[in-house]
Amino acid sequence: MDGARKPRVAVHKFSSCDGCQLALLNLGETLLTLADRVEFVHFAEAGPMDPEAEVDVAFVEGSLSTPEDLERIRRIRARSRVLVAIGACAVAGGVQALRNAADGAAWVAQLYAHPEAIDSLAQSLPLAGAVKIDHELHGCPVDGAQMVAALGALLLGAPPRPESDKVCVECKRQGHPCVMVSRGIPCLGPVTRAGCGALCPGLGRDCYGCYGPAENANTDALAARFRALGLDAAAVARRFGAINSQAPAFLAAARKAGAA
Amino acid sequence: MTETTRTVSLNVPVLARVEGEGALDLSLAGGEIAQLRLRIFEPPRFFEKFLEGRHYDEIPDLVARICGICPVAYQVTAAQALERLYGVELSPWARAMRRAFYCGEWIQSHSLHIHLLAAPDFFGCGSAIELAKIAPDAVRRGLRLQGLGNALMDLFGARSVHPVGVRIGGFHAAPPAAKVRALRERLVAALPEAEALIRWAAAIPLPPDDQDFISVAMRHADRYAIEQGDIAASDGLSIGADAYDAHFAERHAPHSTALYSDYRGRPYLVGPLARLNLNPDRLPERLRALLAEIGFAPPSRNMFHSLLARAAEIWLALDEAARLLAGYRVPDSPWTPVEPRAGVATGCTEAPRGLLWHRYEMDAAGRVVNARIVPPTSQNQARIEEDLRLSLLNFGLDRPDDALRLHCEKVIRNYDPCISCATHFLRLNVARA
Repeated sequence: MDGARKPRVAVHKFSSCDGCQLALLNLGETLLTLADRVEFVHFAEAGPMDPEAEVDVAFVEGSLSTPEDLERIRRIRARSRVLVAIGACAVAGGVQALRNAADGAAWVAQLYAHPEAIDSLAQSLPLAGAVKIDHELHGCPVDGAQMVAALGALLLGAPPRPESDKVCVECKRQGHPCVMVSRGIPCLGPVTRAGCGALCPGLGRDCYGCYGPAENANTDALAARFRALGLDAAAVARRFGAINSQAPAFLAAARKAGAA
Repeated sequence: MTETTRTVSLNVPVLARVEGEGALDLSLAGGEIAQLRLRIFEPPRFFEKFLEGRHYDEIPDLVARICGICPVAYQVTAAQALERLYGVELSPWARAMRRAFYCGEWIQSHSLHIHLLAAPDFFGCGSAIELAKIAPDAVRRGLRLQGLGNALMDLFGARSVHPVGVRIGGFHAAPPAAKVRALRERLVAALPEAEALIRWAAAIPLPPDDQDFISVAMRHADRYAIEQGDIAASDGLSIGADAYDAHFAERHAPHSTALYSDYRGRPYLVGPLARLNLNPDRLPERLRALLAEIGFAPPSRNMFHSLLARAAEIWLALDEAARLLAGYRVPDSPWTPVEPRAGVATGCTEAPRGLLWHRYEMDAAGRVVNARIVPPTSQNQARIEEDLRLSLLNFGLDRPDDALRLHCEKVIRNYDPCISCATHFLRLNVARA
């Protein structure tokens, strides 16, 4: 990046709850500092509006669910040097990907008086379903510190360092008692990617997998443990099929549990 | 072509500084508004469908995902509806902490809206980042208040976007007393900041734009309605949450993925100004005196007062949370055990943007048979379009295109529309033509 001009950053949104952009909008004073160091050329919720601009880094929130979405993400890809998918919707289709298992057209017909006016793909797709992604930030939602660290690394020319630990490791580090061992609560911590700070076990409750599957997640062993704790097959399938239902490891685990 | 007969076609393909994505189409012909549509085109996310079959204890984590800005409203509304069906009496501790938690969301959401979304319009700025260059203290104060709202949500939910603390019957955990004390001190210390914000908001020159509309908001016997109360309207209506359906109707227009709502065949207003309009006698004395001093005496018929109404509610929420957290003690248990049963659960609360209504039909095993959720923005959608028509006529259709567009955007932002919310709730079993 040439030193004379500020790095250009865009924040785009597809189908989502807006919660990942909030990681930036909730930064407080840091947001103003950031705005001094980079130029937000497109960030509709914050004001700047130039969706077609060429940028150094594009952060993209949300999943793809209409034919126009596919067209728009391709244009964004063509104009962005680095494209970062932020959050569970962009990375894995999000909670709305639960519709992928259902008959979307029938749902539209049940919900709308004018179903012909609703243009919807059969599936809620992650960005990688349509374009090449350079980096992924996991979480539902992503966290502000995670966003700033990623942007900082990218501006220095380094890739953001992905979390490879599991929530279990984070939980031990923080010294929380294990909710599954000590209280028999079915927790997804053993198969979920770290990054949140083990928030749920910190409150004495189960992790529900909002950061998606960790690498080498042993979902078979965990599913067996859930059954031993008294969950029926459908309940095990629902545990894996929630916020990150289309992440391959969770999808396979939910199918296997449901078929059992 | 003269100014009065010109044909104008204004199309704002993506509205800036609103939550979620929507568009505005306006055409003028022969000095009249030929067409005006707030177009909400975010694709539907089908929440109501995929809640079916889910167990009651999964609902708070799922419905939070409808909106990153007001997840607490969704979680608390769902929890209260189910608690009512299951006949659970929350402990006084849990009831008070739910309200304090909810105050955090009002503070966060209102501060974000005032400073990052709405205020730049009134200073000729395109964003809060620009506004911070000419009004740095005001923007920084706003960001601090927003941060404090987030901290209050964190206290009970471990994070402010999709917090994880709510469970049916109370909370998963009680925050430690030392943490609560420290945060309460910050709340009390922020009251003068909120007062300064109210004075700042009151000094912003507003267009005179009186309109006749119906306000709908919750009302409580002895306090300002946030998470508890009946549904009231400015024409005297007063009903419980289970009677909502008998008085309010939803319809689908082809240009929108959100549904419209009507009350007695008319649009109506929900949100901070509607709340203030119906509850001026429920404001704390100090706030009432402050508003009287600056010359703001709700009820108001000018929607441009909604920014000031938000500022007033920030003060109220800080004061209320500080009151609720005074003398805080960790309870024996943060939740009451729950026994599911079959039936219909309804409930409503005042989300930052207005009345939020949920209805769940549950089976005996505690699973959702069907769900229906009516968010504030779809209730406001018809009112926004009505307001735009009236407001544009008051403003003058002969103004230049850019001025018309900016005026329309200001009007829309008065409602703080959350398009992400609006498109995620779609009614089941809509009659098809």
